[in-house]
Amino acid sequence: MDSMVWHSLFGRFVWIDLPVVKAWQDPTISNIIAGAAAMIAVFGALAGLGLITWLRKWRYLWSEWFTSLDHKRIGIMYVCLAVVMIVRGVIEGVLMRVQQDLAVNAPGILAPDHFAQFFSTHGTIMIFFVVMPLISGLVNFAMPLQIGARDVAFPFLNSIGLWLSVGGAVLVMVSLVIGEFSTGGWSGYPPYTELAFNGGVGPDYWIWAVTMSSLSAMLTGLNFAVTIYKLRAPGMSWMRLPLFSWTALCTAILMIFAMPPLTVATLLLAADRYLGMHFFTNDLGGNMMNYVNLFWLFGHPEVYILILPAFGVYSEVVSAYSSKELYGYVSLVIATMAIAVLSFTVWLHHFFTMGQSANVNAFFGILTMLIGIPTGVKLYNWTWTMFRGRVRYTAPMLFTLAFLITFVIGGLSGIILATPPLDYMMHNTLFLVAHFHNMLIPGTLFGMIAGCQYWFPKAFGFRLEEKWGKRAVFFWVVGFYMAFMPLYVLGADGATRRTVEFSNPAFQPWLLVAMCGGFLILAGLASLFVQVWVSVKKRDRLAVPVGDPWDARGLEWSISAPPPEYNFVSIPQVGHRDAFYWRKRNHGAYKPADHYRDIEMPKNTGWGVIFGLGMAVCFFGLVWHIWWMAILFGLLSIAAGLVRSFQRDLHKIIPAAEIEAADRHWLAIAAAATPVSRHLEETPSNEGRAIWPE
Amino acid sequence: MAGVNEPELLHAGLNLANHPSEKQAQVESDVFGFWVFLMSDAILFALLFVVYGTMLDATAGVPAPHTDFKFSSSFLETLALLSSSFAYGMVSLNLKLGASRRWIWGWLGVTFLLGAWFLRLEIGDFTDMVAHGETAQASGALSSFFVLVGTHGLHVTCGLIWIVIMAVQLAIHDIDERVKINLIRLGLFWHFLDVVWVAIFTIVYLRGLLA
Amino acid sequence: MNRLRPVLGDLLTYALGYALALALTFTAFALVYFRLAAPQTIFAIILVLGLAQIIVHMRCFLHLSLQRSARADLMLVLFSSLIIALMVGGTLVVLFNLRARMM
Ligand code: HEM
Ligand SMILES: [Cu+2]
Repeated sequence: MDSMVWHSLFGRFVWIDLPVVKAWQDPTISNIIAGAAAMIAVFGALAGLGLITWLRKWRYLWSEWFTSLDHKRIGIMYVCLAVVMIVRGVIEGVLMRVQQDLAVNAPGILAPDHFAQFFSTHGTIMIFFVVMPLISGLVNFAMPLQIGARDVAFPFLNSIGLWLSVGGAVLVMVSLVIGEFSTGGWSGYPPYTELAFNGGVGPDYWIWAVTMSSLSAMLTGLNFAVTIYKLRAPGMSWMRLPLFSWTALCTAILMIFAMPPLTVATLLLAADRYLGMHFFTNDLGGNMMNYVNLFWLFGHPEVYILILPAFGVYSEVVSAYSSKELYGYVSLVIATMAIAVLSFTVWLHHFFTMGQSANVNAFFGILTMLIGIPTGVKLYNWTWTMFRGRVRYTAPMLFTLAFLITFVIGGLSGIILATPPLDYMMHNTLFLVAHFHNMLIPGTLFGMIAGCQYWFPKAFGFRLEEKWGKRAVFFWVVGFYMAFMPLYVLGADGATRRTVEFSNPAFQPWLLVAMCGGFLILAGLASLFVQVWVSVKKRDRLAVPVGDPWDARGLEWSISAPPPEYNFVSIPQVGHRDAFYWRKRNHGAYKPADHYRDIEMPKNTGWGVIFGLGMAVCFFGLVWHIWWMAILFGLLSIAAGLVRSFQRDLHKIIPAAEIEAADRHWLAIAAAATPVSRHLEETPSNEGRAIWPE
Repeated sequence: MAGVNEPELLHAGLNLANHPSEKQAQVESDVFGFWVFLMSDAILFALLFVVYGTMLDATAGVPAPHTDFKFSSSFLETLALLSSSFAYGMVSLNLKLGASRRWIWGWLGVTFLLGAWFLRLEIGDFTDMVAHGETAQASGALSSFFVLVGTHGLHVTCGLIWIVIMAVQLAIHDIDERVKINLIRLGLFWHFLDVVWVAIFTIVYLRGLLA
Repeated sequence: MNRLRPVLGDLLTYALGYALALALTFTAFALVYFRLAAPQTIFAIILVLGLAQIIVHMRCFLHLSLQRSARADLMLVLFSSLIIALMVGGTLVVLFNLRARMM
């Protein structure tokens, strides 16, 4: 084809950009791995699509799920997105461990540039497309139920947020098949991501994927904050808000204010790359230190965005499985808010070594250590909640216990890193990698897994099978210690991060242990899948239709499992903290409503899907300089976003009779169910009506 | 009779006294949500200001942006935007009064024209600068100038498009509740752009003209 | 019509806001145009004037006030101002510190 025509149709794409073609022409191990990964991605996607077609589920999925504005379904879809992405993320982590183990005075299996793509995609995926969706998902699912609302404040915006995230994830996955990803790490620092250093498509994929995730998070945060602020059930005063919802609120506030710096950083980088400007370039007045500063203005609050909801989950889990009121609720709330505000004051600790004066460093170092105080308070709260409680060691509870202990280690290494002179030694070493995995895996990921397991019965109407849950805990915890504790040692010995090959033979044994740990973590991930699979198979014996399998406390447990679309037959009146627990103890639970009324709910709409995926195609066009595609799909997306403001008939009415029938049916099940006591909780006699003898 | 301080009158134009309270809560949260969005946007602008501030000296041998600032056009731009804000105030007032949509169209039109005049002046400024070789690609200082002021301009453009959309929706739906809410939001947006402009003319233009 | 009275009040608010905003703008531009003081002083004054004008806009056009119904909005704006102050102030300190050390 004529090159002009080719260029206007396909931008800068050429065949060798396909990893498969590259592996064919130059079959090094590294290229073969890339080609195989691309094939796996393509065949995986095809298999998924084929399966849906074969099962004839397209219509069902489209009309019941993709277009749904129901916060519970959107939440579940977020979690599904995270599940897909975590598989890739963990596999990449393990492959990096394999590489470093093999590459002591040897080249290993990954070429340097390929290794750089690995840590960049791994970090980007884990942060933006695993943990963030998990957070948006869990909060979406549980928070409106906890505060007694029928939905979030802006259901359509919620759908847009979801599909923006999906679009970003699609971009990252596509980079595996067409072209390459950034080599600049998850933080995307120039000069590595600047035109002069890397003119390829990699950094552009990174920029647009992260921008989509950032916009999605900002819109989602807005939605959550307004929901909690305005839609709490009558009587649900601030000091009666369940702790998970408190952390959701603080996270939402952080999302609102911390995502713009990221958006600014990525868009200015895009201005450099696409428009030839000079924000962060080496020449003509560019200043890459501005980028570093902007990125961490986002980056530090981000780690609290990641961790606060996990704190919320731990609070719920500890209290439910200890059968005790949360110890020191007020201090937990204050600590959460303190962390949220303080988290805007410490970003500089990520670049102590950039060259500011010792006084500036000392100031931020001290502020950083201050954050440890409210966090420490929380650990005591959780510990005291368990004290003299009736603790049941279910999988979520075990994750919580593992977190409590492991997190302290991470916190201690954090204090080391917060001390500028010590940071000068540890900065950019595997010590740092150990530290942040120590915070992110037990801190965030365990919390998210625990949350998914804890609310799973509410979402699907049956419990998760415990045996595989406990195996998962075992593999994750042991795997974590094996994979990351050696990195502290390595880092203290001077092993740098993001390094494809080491020359010090003393590193070898530690790297070997770390690699084995990586495989154990992979086994832990697999166990989680097995757990879900086994539970689905046994779902009849695990069914908990009444909806309260562990005598828990919040309003979310007061309704059937799975909950009806409208959540509550009538909006509950809240008179106490732990509202449902109080009702159960005062003969107020499982009662029919005084009157059944019609309920108005938003109708489903596909415009959110079109918007998010349209944006993804638009950005794909930008990545490859396919301008017609960028413009066409950009306009399409904007139009899709606008159409709805012209439509009127946006709601449907669910008639009172239908609601009454469903409610009475559920009440009958509840009345027929035998209340189970603690030690029968894991037996088939648990139908979701738990009541403990006082 | 509702007084000025009644919540439903606060955002000018919404008379919800006879609506059930659930509706009112909905409206309040709709407007509050938009406030939240604006604040997030404010962070974005604040950071662009900071980047501008730190890049003032990054002129790379090209004349600094301010050498091409013109007193008259920055003054006229300010007048145009200020007046357009007042004009939009009249839109809100007519909404509240329950006036017919002809009035609302009228004031929306005035707002639009003033906004468009602003944009015209700004584009004139930009083309002059580019003609003198002061392009966004010439230096870091110029990049940050164009992106800061240009982002505001882009917001104004979006506001203008939004005005047109609202005018069309008025034609289709008359003044129904959703049109009302969106007019209120548009008002917040438009007034917010004024606030940003105050910062721009003070920190960028007047400071530059002083230098 | 008893609806008219509050509307009259609102009209006055808008008019007042417009007048104040114009006055502040004129003062700021006049200070610069006629160079009525040393540049540093003028810059300090126009910063204060700009801040005042922003408050006028917030009060008269965006209807922020201490009244209960607007309190959520007000709190939001104040909190945002705090965050902006932290980010802007911190960034300026850090980057100018870096610059000073590179000179
Ligand atoms: C589950 C098992 C995991 C393994 C085996 C693993 C392994 C690794 C490895 C080997 C690196 C590269 C270290 C280097 O720079 O030399 C890395 C980097 C990183 N990981 Fe993980 N990781 C895992 C989970 C996670 C999770 C759950 C998160 C986040 C929630 C995460 C976030 C990151 C980030 C942000 C980086 C930095 C990327 C960069 O350098 O730009 N990882 N990980
Ligand atoms: Cu930090």
